[in-house]
Amino acid sequence: MSRNARYRPPLGPGLSLPSVGRRGFMRGATAGGLGLFVPGMLSACGTSGSQQSEGSCESTDKSEDEKELFFSNWPAYIDKDGKSFPTLEFFEKQTGVDVTYDTDVNDNNEFFAKVQNQLGACESIGRDIIVLTDWMAARMVDLGWLQKLNHDNIPHVDNNLVANLKSPDWDPNRDYSVPWQSGFTGIAYNKKAIDSPVGSFSELLTRSDLKGKVSLLKEMRDTMGFMLKVSGADPTDFDNTEWEQAIEELEASVQNGQVRRFTGNDYLEDLANGDLVACEAWSGDIMALENPDIEWVVPEEGLSLWSDNMLVPNKAEHKTHAEALMNFYYRPDMAAQLAAWVWYVCPVEGAQKAMEKIDPSLVDQPLIFPTEDFLANTFSFMSLDEETARQYDTDFSQAIG
Amino acid sequence: MTALGHVPGPVGAAPPAPEASRRGLSGYLLMLPGTLWLAFFFIVPTVTLVASSLYDPSGTFAEGYQMTWHWQNYTDAWSEYASTFLRSFLYAGATTVACVLLGFPLAYAIAFKAGRWRSLMLVAVIAPFFTSFLVRTLSWKLLLSDNGFIVGLAQALPFVGEDFRLLATPAAVITGLTYNFLPFMVLPLYASLEKVDPRLIEAAGDLYASPFTALRKVTIPLAMPGLVAGTLLTFIPAAGDFINAELLGNPRTRMIGNDINDLFKSSVIPTAAALSVTLMAAIIVMVLFYVRKAGTEELV
Repeated sequence: MSRNARYRPPLGPGLSLPSVGRRGFMRGATAGGLGLFVPGMLSACGTSGSQQSEGSCESTDKSEDEKELFFSNWPAYIDKDGKSFPTLEFFEKQTGVDVTYDTDVNDNNEFFAKVQNQLGACESIGRDIIVLTDWMAARMVDLGWLQKLNHDNIPHVDNNLVANLKSPDWDPNRDYSVPWQSGFTGIAYNKKAIDSPVGSFSELLTRSDLKGKVSLLKEMRDTMGFMLKVSGADPTDFDNTEWEQAIEELEASVQNGQVRRFTGNDYLEDLANGDLVACEAWSGDIMALENPDIEWVVPEEGLSLWSDNMLVPNKAEHKTHAEALMNFYYRPDMAAQLAAWVWYVCPVEGAQKAMEKIDPSLVDQPLIFPTEDFLANTFSFMSLDEETARQYDTDFSQAIG
Repeated sequence: MTALGHVPGPVGAAPPAPEASRRGLSGYLLMLPGTLWLAFFFIVPTVTLVASSLYDPSGTFAEGYQMTWHWQNYTDAWSEYASTFLRSFLYAGATTVACVLLGFPLAYAIAFKAGRWRSLMLVAVIAPFFTSFLVRTLSWKLLLSDNGFIVGLAQALPFVGEDFRLLATPAAVITGLTYNFLPFMVLPLYASLEKVDPRLIEAAGDLYASPFTALRKVTIPLAMPGLVAGTLLTFIPAAGDFINAELLGNPRTRMIGNDINDLFKSSVIPTAAALSVTLMAAIIVMVLFYVRKAGTEELV
């Protein structure tokens, strides 16, 4: 202060720090910014690849010392009784492993975006099991982001996994993935809101009494599978011309106002309160709703069948516990208990028999234990390489907006 | 700065040169923490964003992207998404106008007429922030629902058709945006209006100005800084918002934020980055132009 008492700032009061005038600072900062940062930093800014392999990214298993497991799953996807998780707590009691259960997977793409930087750089994401849909699981297998499972630790999976899920083309020996639940994509409608039932996808897209009251799913493969069917192509094997035709059909239905929204699970409340009268819907969601007005139907085009898979990401430190949990949920009694709550398709052989003791009314429920006839009517979406997937994702996101 | 300026001292005594340079250094030192913060959390991300927008689009996430000064990303993105840009600015503009029309009378009432209710009214303006943005937008969904009472009432009017609805229309998106950003208009306007000396308005009256003329010639010009700040605080976030369009709109009311969000999520990084940079640049240009026109350079 004594210095200020002796010397008055040369430019008068209010500008006591004359050397850092606004102009001077701006000039300096701009020159510094443009001269140093921009070209140098821009050029250095490419990304290195995020492809990993067993050699490039090794994980250590600390299961011996740490009795804990971090499990990330989708919301409403495990049995719950008030605040407790019956099967999960039984697993904890049996093994002494403390499970941290999180429902932070809401959308395959969103979850991928959340973990891509860590997994791409071979860093831990702090989770031992993540649950992702087939196509995203396939992408992670291709990227080398998953740990190989030790089948010696999962005998129940080997014995009880239903035959049609044993060898998907993206993981033929189930080296990296174990299905959690499967499900169907079909149509749901509100009986009270319309006069006649909706039986097919093409009705959904053309009936004038549904105009502006229909929603489709934001999952590209779910919606485009049906669009390909509607335009006469086969979703399990199609070419670019057929794809473009299907996209055009979708665009037309969006532009003429038939489709009100594209949704994730949030179609449920809109369907219940009448803002939607019919929509593309996942089987388990609708069944678990237990609303007598809402009907789930198998579309004439068929059903799209998918699975969500348990995966162990690189750098997860409790792989042995993760395998123990996979094995546990392939016990028929546990699988039946889970299926009775989540209402999705159960991938465990023997669970149907075990269901007799838990809820006999569900034993013959084809949406949990599909019959041969039912399965004959299903299709899945062909697997895409990364470049094609990106092109199709872009086409789809342009068509829905 | 002003605190130092008030220290009394001999007038007109120029300091010796070394003193000045030392004092200059302390100025830069004072700016150091803020500058470092901005360098890490603004400059680095911005540079990365600009770099991402110039990636060779044939790169993949697995193999990595090369920065190849691929300017074509911008023209490609523009030709695909120009209409969404225009729509976003249209909605943001409508939102800003609606916020001024609703916010000015409200801020005026709080500043001049509220009396002892003033603090309570200010709290009421801020109160919505006590709950989450998402929850508030979701409740608009219920209000505007096809079977809700607002649509029901509207349908009872003679000139409104049976299939009239609000939810999933552009009107719903603009309503949601207006609701969510109204406080950002009211608070700066209030701050400006509160400083207006009521005696100036009285003086205008004494000079035979009608109340309207007094408002136009005295109150509004004095409230200009608040109005400019308010429109900027409303327009800029509204143009980039995607929650309202997502929850209250339909596929034909998507805003640019929705496209950027979706493209990033499906790893179409160069296009998403090019759109983000374009949005940022467009907003900066519009704001500079606007601030110059509005004649309030002291704001920037």
